[in-house]
Amino acid sequence: MTAPASTSTLDASAQLSASLVARFPDSVTADTRPGFSGFIIKKENLVEVATALRDEFGYDLLSSVTGVDYLAENKMEVVYHAFKTTGGPNLVFKVQVDRVDPIEVPSLYEVWTGADFQEREAWDLMGIRFTGHPDLRRILMWEGFEGHPLRRDYKEAFFEEEAKPFKSRWPEGNHKYAEFRTPHRDNLIFPEGFDPDNYKPENEDELYFSLERSSTKREEDALKTDHIVVNMGPHHPSTHGVLRVVVELDGETITSLKPVMGYLHRNHDKIGERSTFLQILPYTDRLDYFNSMANNFGYVTTVEKLMKIPVAERAEYIRVIMAELSRIQNHLIFIGMLINDLGSMYTPSLYAFEERELILDIFEAVSGARMMCNYFRFGGVVRDVPDDAMQKIKDLVHDRLPGKTDEMERFLNENEILLARLKGVRVLNAEDAIRHSVTGPCLRAAGVPYDLRRADPYSVYDRFDFDVAVRYNGDMYDNYLIRFDEIRQSLRILEQALKQIPQGSINSQKPQYQVRVPAGEAYGRVESPKGELGFYVVSNGKPNPYRYHVRAPSFVNLTAVESMCKGTKIADFVALLAMLDIVMGEVDR
Amino acid sequence: MYGKGILKGLGVTLNRFMETYLDDISWWVRGKKRYNSAEGIAHRSSKNTRGIFTVQYPEEQLLTPEEFRFVPFLVYDEGAEGKQEVRCTSCGICAKVCPPQCIWIVRTNDPNTGKPVPQPAQFYIDMDICMNCGFCAEYCPFDAIKMDHDFDIASVSRNVYDLEKLLKPATYYAKIRPQNYNREEEARKAKEAAKAARAAAPAAAAPSA
Ligand code: SF4
Ligand code: SF4
Repeated sequence: MTAPASTSTLDASAQLSASLVARFPDSVTADTRPGFSGFIIKKENLVEVATALRDEFGYDLLSSVTGVDYLAENKMEVVYHAFKTTGGPNLVFKVQVDRVDPIEVPSLYEVWTGADFQEREAWDLMGIRFTGHPDLRRILMWEGFEGHPLRRDYKEAFFEEEAKPFKSRWPEGNHKYAEFRTPHRDNLIFPEGFDPDNYKPENEDELYFSLERSSTKREEDALKTDHIVVNMGPHHPSTHGVLRVVVELDGETITSLKPVMGYLHRNHDKIGERSTFLQILPYTDRLDYFNSMANNFGYVTTVEKLMKIPVAERAEYIRVIMAELSRIQNHLIFIGMLINDLGSMYTPSLYAFEERELILDIFEAVSGARMMCNYFRFGGVVRDVPDDAMQKIKDLVHDRLPGKTDEMERFLNENEILLARLKGVRVLNAEDAIRHSVTGPCLRAAGVPYDLRRADPYSVYDRFDFDVAVRYNGDMYDNYLIRFDEIRQSLRILEQALKQIPQGSINSQKPQYQVRVPAGEAYGRVESPKGELGFYVVSNGKPNPYRYHVRAPSFVNLTAVESMCKGTKIADFVALLAMLDIVMGEVDR
Repeated sequence: MYGKGILKGLGVTLNRFMETYLDDISWWVRGKKRYNSAEGIAHRSSKNTRGIFTVQYPEEQLLTPEEFRFVPFLVYDEGAEGKQEVRCTSCGICAKVCPPQCIWIVRTNDPNTGKPVPQPAQFYIDMDICMNCGFCAEYCPFDAIKMDHDFDIASVSRNVYDLEKLLKPATYYAKIRPQNYNREEEARKAKEAAKAARAAAPAAAAPSA
């Protein structure tokens, strides 16, 4: 059941609202649009208010930054969601500016470094200039891309209609290939007034300048050594997909580093805004394709918040069971792949894959697909877990997985080579992790017991007895061990869930192919295996969302990679990157 | 230290290595087939699997659970003299719900009156775009479109399936999804019975009135 907002939290938010407005009477006003919440802050005072929010009010973790294009009102809005790492609900604050280029909003980079990539994304996709951002380049689109594709008036090359379903499909649906809609028979449009003769392609100078700007190299170094720039990827086998990293090296030491991404970019947000609420669901599977169950979970939780509907009791338990199974296989793969990255090819990762296969068999039996599960629906899940699949879950949870986790630990934990590579290599300390908005196991391995299942419980997680896994050294070895801790806690949750799961219906709603979502905004978040997975959805009552944004944990965690790796040896870089457990489907979206 | 940890780890590998052969031998002694038999494949994806659990595709194939879904197909019932009674009424719901919009339906219009006839004149699904989400099967009110189990459709050209290629008999559907099929048939029979009862009720009530 979605917990009704208790009076105490309401009181707390009213109190906060009063004290914040009292503190900044001129620059903070409450957002009073129906269905909306939070505060609207004058752009001139944004940095000042944000600093106060962080230092005086304790909102130390900036979760999400994104823009909303209110075309009809001629306004551009930047929406921030901040949290306390001690737990509790979110604080939403917004800045509104006129929608006249150049649209400028002060950057919060200095307050929360975690705003770095997210502001770059908002600049890239929405065209909001963040003044004071030290490195405001495009991030997902390529240099020289024309326009800002998330603006409401942007039309892609294959543009057909504002929103699905398209009228051409029925009742006169004579099949046409998409490319016949564009003059060049390709996914290609030229900007107005484009002159091919005078076209000079933009190059990557900006990237290399920025690499140089943030370099820590010092001219007065005793040895006059050359610095070399190494491009790793985008096809490097150990970069977990098409991620490219440009590294500047002094000998073997990394002096500067910039990740380059977007090779897998498909503008998930825009696809979402063109689709109906239900149609988005299978697309979320493709974000973090290791954990489609967790992605479904985050999205339906958000939309259920907006729709204000309850979730069937049995379905809540099924959701938790699936999400925790998903976490187990994700962490097993993380361990296997980490060992792969350290150079011990295949054996450990295949041991991990064995357990993963068994878990995917369960997903296949309940949802029909091993990876692209598309299993959740608003108000519940698609279908009940078949008896044989339920038996298999029990078998795995009670008989197999605990033993196999032990075996994996026996296999690796004391391995001297592993210890030599992992122990004492710093990943992040607590302060850096919070400043960079890093969430998930990396934050907990740095000693911050911040787990949404406890800090801001959703679904039925408040009914289970489990510990938040936390380790304190913040080195690679702790980051590795914490995955085992989390697997153990997931197994604990699973045991209780399997015991408590009630009989009954698996959906509180009638199956509908178009749901009615009242106007308003909602930010929903779940603890995905990689960190905080957030969805920001704005509805205007139409069948498709007005704004749909994914706060992907992999993407935001990657913000920290630069500060993590500076000063370390290039040989450790691949392992450090593995620690963040990124998946490119989610980074590039 | 001094390599004890490595040796411990190697012990796990050795154990796994032995288990593979021990398992093979024990199956052989019991006179059963661990490879190329449904039983063996099922064992290899059960909680008791040990050692190497690879399934040698394509000689062997994993057993597909009933709910497994690949691209959709259209169901027809076999009428008298092998006539194909297409279940689809071209209501268009599947085309509306499809996320990547890969279903294209041409509705039949009566040539004389111009009114729509509940039958598809043409039905295309662009299989290259289909994301196998299963929404079309889930929301079709007439059980006319279902998800297939046949996933070997790789080809060197593009795959736009038309009505002819999409149609498969209900018997095929019953074979790949027996539980779903039986459940739907029962629901249908119950509905028909209820309808008949309702039709009979006023008829029975009328004479007495
Ligand atoms: S397949 Fe089903 S949903 Fe699609 S048009 Fe035919 S009857 Fe309607
Ligand atoms: S399975 Fe999904 S993507 Fe494929 S045709 Fe059906 S609704 Fe469309």
